[in-house]
Parts: sequence; C-alpha cells; structure tokens
Amino acid sequence: MSSFWNIWVWVLTLGSIVGCFILLRWCLKNFAGVEEGESMGHSFDGIEELNNQLPKWWSTFFLLTIIWAFGYLALYGLGNWTGILGWKSSNQGILNIAESKAKTLEYLKKDSGVLVQYDREIVQADAKYGPIFDAYAARSIEDLSTDAEALKVGQRLFIQNCSQCHGSDARGTTGFPNLADKDWLYGGSPEKIKETIMHGRKAVGMMAWAGAIGGEQGVKEVAAYVISLSGRSVNADLAKAGKAKFGLCAGCHGSDGQGSLALGLPMGAPNLSDNTWLYGGSQRAIEESIRNGRAGVMPPWKAILGEEKVHVISAYIYSLSQD
Amino acid sequence: MTQSNTSAVDYNFDVVRQFTVMTVIWGIVGTLVGVLIAAQLIWPALNFDTPWLTYSRLRPLHTNAVIFAFGTSALFATSYYVVQRTCQARLFGGKLAAFTFWGWQAVIVAAVITLPLGYTSTKEYAELEWPIDILITIVWVAYAVVFFGTLIKRKVSHIYVANWFFGAFIIVIAVLHIGNSMVVPISAMKSYSIYSGAIDAMMQWWYGHNAVGFLLTAGFLGMMYYFVPKQAERPVYSYRLSIVHFWALISLYIWAGPHHLHYTALPDWVQTVGMTMSIVLFLPSWGGMINGIMTLSGAWHKLRHDPILRFLIVSLSFYGMSTFEGPMMAIKSVNALSHYTDWTVGHVHSGALGWVAMVSIGAMYHLIPVLFNQGRMYSIRLINIHFWIHTTGVVLYIVAMWISGVMQGLMWRAVNTDGTLTYSFVESLTASYPFYFIRFIGGVLIVAGFVLMAYNMFKTMGAKDGSLKPVEEV
Repeated sequence: MSSFWNIWVWVLTLGSIVGCFILLRWCLKNFAGVEEGESMGHSFDGIEELNNQLPKWWSTFFLLTIIWAFGYLALYGLGNWTGILGWKSSNQGILNIAESKAKTLEYLKKDSGVLVQYDREIVQADAKYGPIFDAYAARSIEDLSTDAEALKVGQRLFIQNCSQCHGSDARGTTGFPNLADKDWLYGGSPEKIKETIMHGRKAVGMMAWAGAIGGEQGVKEVAAYVISLSGRSVNADLAKAGKAKFGLCAGCHGSDGQGSLALGLPMGAPNLSDNTWLYGGSQRAIEESIRNGRAGVMPPWKAILGEEKVHVISAYIYSLSQD
Repeated sequence: MTQSNTSAVDYNFDVVRQFTVMTVIWGIVGTLVGVLIAAQLIWPALNFDTPWLTYSRLRPLHTNAVIFAFGTSALFATSYYVVQRTCQARLFGGKLAAFTFWGWQAVIVAAVITLPLGYTSTKEYAELEWPIDILITIVWVAYAVVFFGTLIKRKVSHIYVANWFFGAFIIVIAVLHIGNSMVVPISAMKSYSIYSGAIDAMMQWWYGHNAVGFLLTAGFLGMMYYFVPKQAERPVYSYRLSIVHFWALISLYIWAGPHHLHYTALPDWVQTVGMTMSIVLFLPSWGGMINGIMTLSGAWHKLRHDPILRFLIVSLSFYGMSTFEGPMMAIKSVNALSHYTDWTVGHVHSGALGWVAMVSIGAMYHLIPVLFNQGRMYSIRLINIHFWIHTTGVVLYIVAMWISGVMQGLMWRAVNTDGTLTYSFVESLTASYPFYFIRFIGGVLIVAGFVLMAYNMFKTMGAKDGSLKPVEEV
C-alpha cells in the first residue's frame, strides 16, 4: 500500500473512533438549553423528546470499548504497520506449499521474529503428531494393512481427503474409480497405490475419437464391438465393422480390450472385457466416451499431506482389496 | 391509539396504503419461500427435480423477498407516513411517489421471475442482474427525491429523529447499491463484476453488512422512533442519546463488513479494523434499544393490554440480543467457531424475524386502522394470537440454529489423538437434522402468523368506515 493510502487509512480509522469519543463527551454535557429530564419543547405529530442524561453504565461501557479499540489496534496494527505484536495470519505472496515450508524453516532457524499464525499452527501440529506418522512410515504398507489402529487412522484421512470423489465407502462413482474391488487402472500393489496417491495420475489418451473413426456411424460401430467384448449381445454387423476400427484403440486398451495394466503399460486404459465401467457401461455412456473422450485426473497429494500420511492412506486402500 | 385524520394538511396516504398492503402480502410470500427451502434441507425431494425449485435458486429469492419486498415495502410505507406527519407536509413530488410504488413492485416481480430461472450476479443479497439493478437505482433516486423534498418543505423547524434514520438509510443504500453493482454487461441478463478477487469479496461484504446496518437497522430504527412513542403515548426517553447513538451508529456500521471475511485472503489489517469497529459499534446499537424501551417509563402497564406495543417492545429486545451477538461473533476467535455454521443463520433470523419483522408488524397494526379510517384493527384478539405464534416461531428458530451452529463448529474442529479430524462433514450434517426440523416448525408458525395478519387486515379494510371503535383505556 502506498504511503498516501496508508495515511488515508490511519486518518479515517482513528478519526472515526476519536470522533465517537468527542461525540460521547459532548452529549454527556447538557447543551440542550433545557433542564435535564424536561421536554425539549418541540413536538412532532404529538411526540415529545425528553432531555435525559445518557445512562451512566452505557456511556462508561462505550468509553471502555473506545479505549479497548486503541489498545487492540496498537497490538495488531493498522495499514502498513503490523503492530506491537507483529502478528500475521499468513505469509502474503506465497505461491505454493514448498515456498511456504521454506519460509517456515527460515523463521525457525532464525529463532526470532514472529511466525505467522498459520505456520505456527502447522509447526505445533507437526511437533505433536509428527512422531505418530514417522513411526507408521517406518513400517511397510503390507504390515500396516493388518494393523487395526493404523487402518483407523488411514480411514479417517481417507474420509477427510479422498471421500469427496471416491465416496465414504471407497466404492467410487461415475468417473471416480472403485478402490474396494480388485480392478485396478494403474496397479493394486502397495507401491503402485502409494505412487498413485503421491504423484497423482492423468489419463490423457482417451481423446474425442468421433472424427478419426468415421463420425457418428463409426462411434456406433466401435461401441457395439466394445460392448461385445464383455459378452453382451450386439448387432453383429455393427460389431464387425467396429472390430475393423478397433486397431486405433488397441494401442492402449490392447487388441482384446484387456486394458493397459494387463499389457504392463502405464497409461491407465481400462479393461473393456470385464463388467467394470468407470464412466458407465450403457450403450449411451460408452458411445459418449468414444465420441467425446474422457480425461480422468487424480491430483498429487504428496505436497498437501506429506509422504507419511500418504503411506498410511495407501495401507488403508491396500487393505480394502485384501480379503 | 386513535388519530384524527382531519388535520389541516392533505396528506398523501394512497402510496402509504399501497405499500402497507403489499408489506403484508410480501411477508407471507417471503416467509413461505423460506419455509419451503427449510423443508428442502430436511426432505431434498421437495425440489421435485425441477431446476427452478432448487434450494440454490429459491434461497436468494427468499432473502430478496423478505429484505427487499417485505422489509423495504414496510420502510417505504412507514417513512412516507412518518415524514409527512412529523413534517406536517404533504409528500413532495406528486406522481413520483406513485412511481416509487409501481417501480419497486416491478423490481420485486422481476426478482420473482429471474431468480428461479437462474439469472444471478452471485453477489449475496444483490443477486439481481444489471437491468434490474438499473431499475432499482432509478426507483431509489425517486424515493430520495420524494423523501428529502418533503423534509425540505416541512412546516416544523426541527427534523424529527425518525427522519434522520430514514434519511441515512436512503442515502447509504443508494451508495452501497451503486458501488456493489458495478458490472460489465456481456448480454441482456449476464454481467461480470468490475472488481476481482479479495476486492470483490470486500465490496460484496461492505454492501452486505451495510444492507443489514442501514436497511435492516437504521431504517427500522426510524420506524421504531415514531411508532414506539406513538403507540405508548410517551415522550422519547433521551434526545441526547438519540444524537450520540445516531451519529456513532452510522459512522461505525460502514466499517463492519470485513468481519464477514475473517481468516480469508483479505489483508490482516482490514480484518483487524472490521473487528475493532464491530465491537465499538455495540453500545451505539444498544442506544436505540435503550431509547425505545425507556420511552415506556411510566407506561409499562400498557404492555399487559396492548399486543401492538408488545410487538414493538419485544422487537427491541430481539434487536438488543442481535446487536450484542453480532459484535461477539465479529471477534476473530469466536468467528473461528461460528463462521460457516448455522449459528450465523440463527443470528440473522433473530435480527430479521425478531427485530425487523416484529417492529414492522407492530407498526403495520398501528398504521392500518389509521389509513383505512378505523379506530382499531378488526380483531385485537387475533393480534394477540399473532404475537404469541410469531414469538414462539422466532424462539424455536433461533434456539435450534444456535444449538445446531455451535454443535457444527465444535464437530468441525474436533481432532483425534493422531491429529486427524474426528468427524467427516456429512456426520455434522446428519447431526443437524433434528434442529432443521425444529427450525421448519418455527418457520411454519411465522407464516401462520402472517396469514392471520392478512385476514385481520382485509377485515379491517372491508369494514364500514369508522365502524371499528377504539378500545377504551383500561
């Protein structure tokens, strides 16, 4: 803020409060020209006004809030001045979590100045809860997946951070994979699950295919073939024509539609020959997927939760498909 | 409570009558929409899978209907009545007053149509799109011309305190509305705010909190300053208290907006100033309550027999409660618990249903017989029933929301020994259902009260001129 606006803020803020003080002092005096308790002498549609003194408890309390206001502003600051306490809620101008963490470390090393409130709370929480998660991080995901206490912690973290998309029972919904079955897009081993949560996933291959496969007719044909892969009955002519075009799909989904995971490929193309459908298995939904494409995104959680918590969540997710 | 209408001045009561009747009608409509959305929170199927009946579209319709249709019609009616009687002058501007009535009703009808259709600027309490905003501005300027024109041609030397408050309300609402509604239109019914980010949020709450401060507080204090002494037939308690609380209230309220944005991207010092001013505002707010309630000195017995006075005085008690609660909730550490919970909703409704609605209802019961040449309302008993139904409804509503709000705040911040949150959001929602139901019952009672009021009003209007004789003083 430029010094002009800084002065503007100071003058208006302090002026308003001082103005209230002067007003209060003025009205405590009897300036009205009539005795206290008497009528002011004018009548409005029959309504008169008495010249009563302000209630003492009221004016005292008002005065106290004015005094408090100066004290509070002095402690917490005004305009460009950060006040006696130098308190700040957060670091302004921080662009990402890494910068924020670097800033916190800087403060801690100096061991002087005032930590902003947000960082202080994070530091306190890390000191208090960090050892719990450090202990979990030292154990393997398989080991944690049989530890009832660790699973409870993992479930709570899941419910707070993951359930918004994957559901509170982890069974997913349209567009968001079911994590409680044995069907995986990027792999269901402890390492793969953790990798997915840590770094996120981005399905980029499923573009809009309508143009490349001969328009709406092509979409119908390929859809018919895809539906036939999971053993449902379809129009044989359409499916035959679709099979001829499926070569374009096979690069990711495999020649038999068995999905990229079965081929050991990393792009997360779903298995089309089973009955699990990420975006819906109806003819209409499958046609929509082919026509306009799909772009699933799993955000990376490492920077937000830290590796230790991701480790515990991974154990929880892993446990869901072990029975 | 009787008044002679055969004064020397030929008052313009036509526009007052129109606004008075519409106040009662919009009271029913506004609260009915409120009850519907309260029911939707318990039984979501009540939106009937219809876009224009969804909560998201009806909620702004509810707030607009109660604030701008019900509340503002009451303010138009009472300010036009009070300014004429306390200035001993006929309303200035001739047909301009009639224009403000029809113009304002057009704004409301436009809101009733466009909000359910999904047209919204997304600014809270200012959702109406830019063409309607322009109409509001035109009507409001006409309102200012009529009101201040009447003040200028007054036949008494002083300006009565009620008119200070009405005047401040009219001027500041004009400034707020124009400031907050500055947009770049991109089509007939779509526009984008000229402000961005934290500044847009600040503008929104500078407007939002002062819609509360100047429309729902200053305006209704103007109403209170006429109808309380008039109904109690007592002089106003303290002229000097009027002065100090008026000037302190209007100079401090305008600063209070940032307390809606604690712990956000708003600069820390702005939040600090917002909290500071909100707390200094506490006593000036109470000045109005003291002046109103103390006006009853020596006439307390009237409360026993006069349900209209009871409406007015209980409204001041709710006003006192809300204006104590408000500064408390503006304290950052209290706000950390209360913000985003039902506590805020409870606070707003103790102000809206307790203060604004009750003072308006009291004023309307005083006004209707005068405007329609009767000595009293058709049924005093029905006023009394209305009082008890309404009060019960308000208490159920706000107590339910307090409990639910504090519970939500505590659930959201509860942590386990490992630092994870104890409850998921949906658990706090499930726990709120019983209170949503109590709130719904409270709302039904409020609507029932308004329906009784409408019946009483139409019976009074339909009675033969002068056939309803005033109640004898006990």
